[in-house]
Amino acid sequence: MKYTYYPGCSVKSTANLYQESIDAVVPAMGVELEELDDWNCCGATAYMSVNEMMSFAISARNLAMAEKFHRDVVTPCSACYLVLNKTNRYFNDYPEVRKKLGVALEAGGLSYSGNIRVRHILDVIINDVGLEKITGLASRKLEDLNVAPYYGCQIVRPMYYGFGAGEENEEGFDDPDDPVCMDRLIEATGATCVKYSMKTKCCGSSLIGTEEKQALKLCRGILADAENNGAHCIVTICPLCQMNLDVYQPKVNSLFGTKFDIPVIYFTQLIGLAMGKQPKELGLERLAVKMTRPMKQILQGA
Amino acid sequence: MSERIGVYVCHCGTNIAGRVDIDEVVEFAKGLDAVTLVREYKFMCSDPGQSLIQKDIEDGLINRVVVASCSPLMHEKTFRNVCTRGGLNEYLFTMANIREQCSWVHVDVERTTDKAKGLIEAAVRRTRLQEPLTKREVPINPRTLVIGGGIAGIQAALDLAEAGKKVVLVEKEPSIGGHMAKFDKTFPTLDCSACILTPKMVSVGQHENIELMSWSEVEDIGGYVGNFNVTVRKKTRYVDADLCNGCGACWEKCPGTRVPRKGNVHEKLSIGPTTSIYIPFMQAVPAIPVIDADTCIRFKNGKCGICAEVCERNAINYDMEDELIEFEVGSIIIATGFQTFDPTPIKRYGYGKLDNVLTAIEFEIMNCASGSTGGNIRMADGSEPKSIGIVHCVGSRDKHYHEYCSRVCCMYALKYSHLIKEKIDAEVYEFYIDLRCFGKGYEEFYDRLLGEDVRFVRGKVAEITEVPIEEAEKGKLVVEVEDTLVGKVRRIPLDMVVLCTGLEAHESLADIAGLCSVSIGKDGFIIEKHPKLGPVATTTDGVFIAGACQSPKDIPDTVAQASAASSAVLSMITREKIEIESATASVDEDKCSGCKICNSLCPYLAIKYDEEKGVSVVNEALCKGCGTCAAGCPSNAISAKHFEDRQIFAEIEGILSA
Repeated sequence: MKYTYYPGCSVKSTANLYQESIDAVVPAMGVELEELDDWNCCGATAYMSVNEMMSFAISARNLAMAEKFHRDVVTPCSACYLVLNKTNRYFNDYPEVRKKLGVALEAGGLSYSGNIRVRHILDVIINDVGLEKITGLASRKLEDLNVAPYYGCQIVRPMYYGFGAGEENEEGFDDPDDPVCMDRLIEATGATCVKYSMKTKCCGSSLIGTEEKQALKLCRGILADAENNGAHCIVTICPLCQMNLDVYQPKVNSLFGTKFDIPVIYFTQLIGLAMGKQPKELGLERLAVKMTRPMKQILQGA
Repeated sequence: MSERIGVYVCHCGTNIAGRVDIDEVVEFAKGLDAVTLVREYKFMCSDPGQSLIQKDIEDGLINRVVVASCSPLMHEKTFRNVCTRGGLNEYLFTMANIREQCSWVHVDVERTTDKAKGLIEAAVRRTRLQEPLTKREVPINPRTLVIGGGIAGIQAALDLAEAGKKVVLVEKEPSIGGHMAKFDKTFPTLDCSACILTPKMVSVGQHENIELMSWSEVEDIGGYVGNFNVTVRKKTRYVDADLCNGCGACWEKCPGTRVPRKGNVHEKLSIGPTTSIYIPFMQAVPAIPVIDADTCIRFKNGKCGICAEVCERNAINYDMEDELIEFEVGSIIIATGFQTFDPTPIKRYGYGKLDNVLTAIEFEIMNCASGSTGGNIRMADGSEPKSIGIVHCVGSRDKHYHEYCSRVCCMYALKYSHLIKEKIDAEVYEFYIDLRCFGKGYEEFYDRLLGEDVRFVRGKVAEITEVPIEEAEKGKLVVEVEDTLVGKVRRIPLDMVVLCTGLEAHESLADIAGLCSVSIGKDGFIIEKHPKLGPVATTTDGVFIAGACQSPKDIPDTVAQASAASSAVLSMITREKIEIESATASVDEDKCSGCKICNSLCPYLAIKYDEEKGVSVVNEALCKGCGTCAAGCPSNAISAKHFEDRQIFAEIEGILSA
């Protein structure tokens, strides 16, 4: 299975541990990710609210360049996933947007017909690779590891009602209010999935840079609910979610007087652990909140 | 006699003239073959407009008529009558719809005008080839079928019965009464629901002109206006209705139960006996119990039999089976009502997952004096709530579920607030988008509630969660809502939340509509003949609607519509005869190969195979002229009068050539 890979800026810098774990696990699943040559930043959700048309234009450049390969575009980042899909949808649904973007692309010697499907790597691993394959690859015993799936707010909600490109996958790949695909994935790795309410609640996203206290308050809710339900760790699919919950966890503790000590890892890292890979191969040593003793013991089979 | 066609172009005020260049259309029509006269008028349907046509016919100027105006659904009858009055066969008239299909749906004047020309040329070419047909009259069976025994069906049946007409009332539940029988109080007068409903139910049960078939469902309907053939499935009660006297010994002694024994207060909510042999509520009509075979011990393992032992009249019969009953009626009133929206799919409201999140109908049953809580408002653990939230518009005014407003929720929500204040004086929050208090006495009721210390919060509830953030939220349900009047997101901890679930079309409505050949709109409800001027009739003659099967309605509106439907039926019955469509199908016996394909295609069972001649024959009395057989015939042996191939092709050519 070959895909055009759109990494996005985060995994190339702050979230390089995500990239490392992806590189470590996807070959065994038969997934080949060919990075799109000369890709540019999608503008993330922030640019969209400042200059929407410009944001569509820079995203459309990526889509246009990807179109000639006639393959699905795969991204590991929820924000990229949202922005590229939104661009696609506006391009297909609004003739005036299509017209303007056509002019912009032409200036760069490009054209786009609107037929590229953009997918999150979670969607690919669950629906194309399949959970049976994951279970087959899992060799490490993880049943004592309580894992809280954290979906964040971007992956299932905004794009639930249609991708825009007229695909059979019109309804998105999971329920917007109560997604369960990652729950199933956690079970497929052999780990125990923690049920908790905050799995789709916003982590504060880029508020962390502007309204830090508000964002930390949101992080606190998620961490508290996961902890109360016995989670050893939280699993995420988005670089920004991971950063907020992981890097800012000490700040949450100092601001609210809490004592959270919950590692926040990527779902690909969990798959890697299940496959028996060493934490170092998966970038796990670069977490801000280090793996706890109970977690290490479980991984060592003690 | 050569064809002399008169074309009449209607302005419809500015409805048509605002988008279609009338002068240009008139000039165009004058140039068409066989058109001898073209006139335009502001309102063709008005008296002077009609007189224009009538006079031209009487003066011998024309012998065929084309009116270019609105949809035939609106005024085909009007202009057909004009032709008849002028002495012209009404089948020599055609209507070109240049309003609904033209001026109302397009913007560009030039192109709209072109389309109007096309539609008119199509009508003109078709009209040249039309042939006079004779109208037929059939007698009307004065008996009426009413489907559904809620307040709508009850009212309609009583009106007809009081007028001396026979009615068959079919109800799928063991008792009539519908939703209204589950309510404690009705808004805005707060009169007791049972007290105003049960006298009517009793009248239905006792009326000599009403044949009540409860625990029954309509299986099939055939025939046509005035002469419908109905098949009803009488589901087995396992109780002989002729022997049973409703003494209640069986349900008092029955060891089976339809309600979970171990459930909490909310899971055990019910009205009436909870046993396996039961009547739905104590005032049931008829008061004849039904055995619920799914929970009856006898049907599960054959070991019980207590109800049969205690029945002094030997009315219990475990071997009873469903019965199919066939009968004829002249008209049908559909009064199947509604069902309430199931809020489970709205996962953020936690219904089914969180204790103490209830639907409106559950709260209604909890308030009902004869219900399992004796009318007391209780939490799942049996304690009394100190604070209750009422969430409006659950499933209504929401594009993901139902776009329409369910009309009754604001008012029953206000009623709940009042009942809560009256019974337990708990703190009450109403979370609303808009308060729609539109009926008689409704605004006054809202005004009264404003003085009863109810907190009104304008905002759509985002989420109901049990996950606390603040200390005060622990052990509570937290309602997260944007208070749009304050401009802030609020988190309000409460003990109990009632979801004001909207009204939706009953899941069986599409089937019933299919049996009666009436259409369902995109909201799931039956489409009435005209949204303003034909609210009780449907596009199928002889089939009428009443109550919430047409759209969400409160009790006063439902009763009014039910009486309107029965009066429409009465005026039809009183005529004794009705004209039916002359445009029927006929088989060319020379061409028919006797393949019988049409026999099974006909939805009205109007085609039979003549063994002797070896051909299929159409029964004109049953034929509705739908044309299915004509389209399906492989030998091209069937033609539909008034819709002959040559007429249709002429019409198509007309549209394409303009």
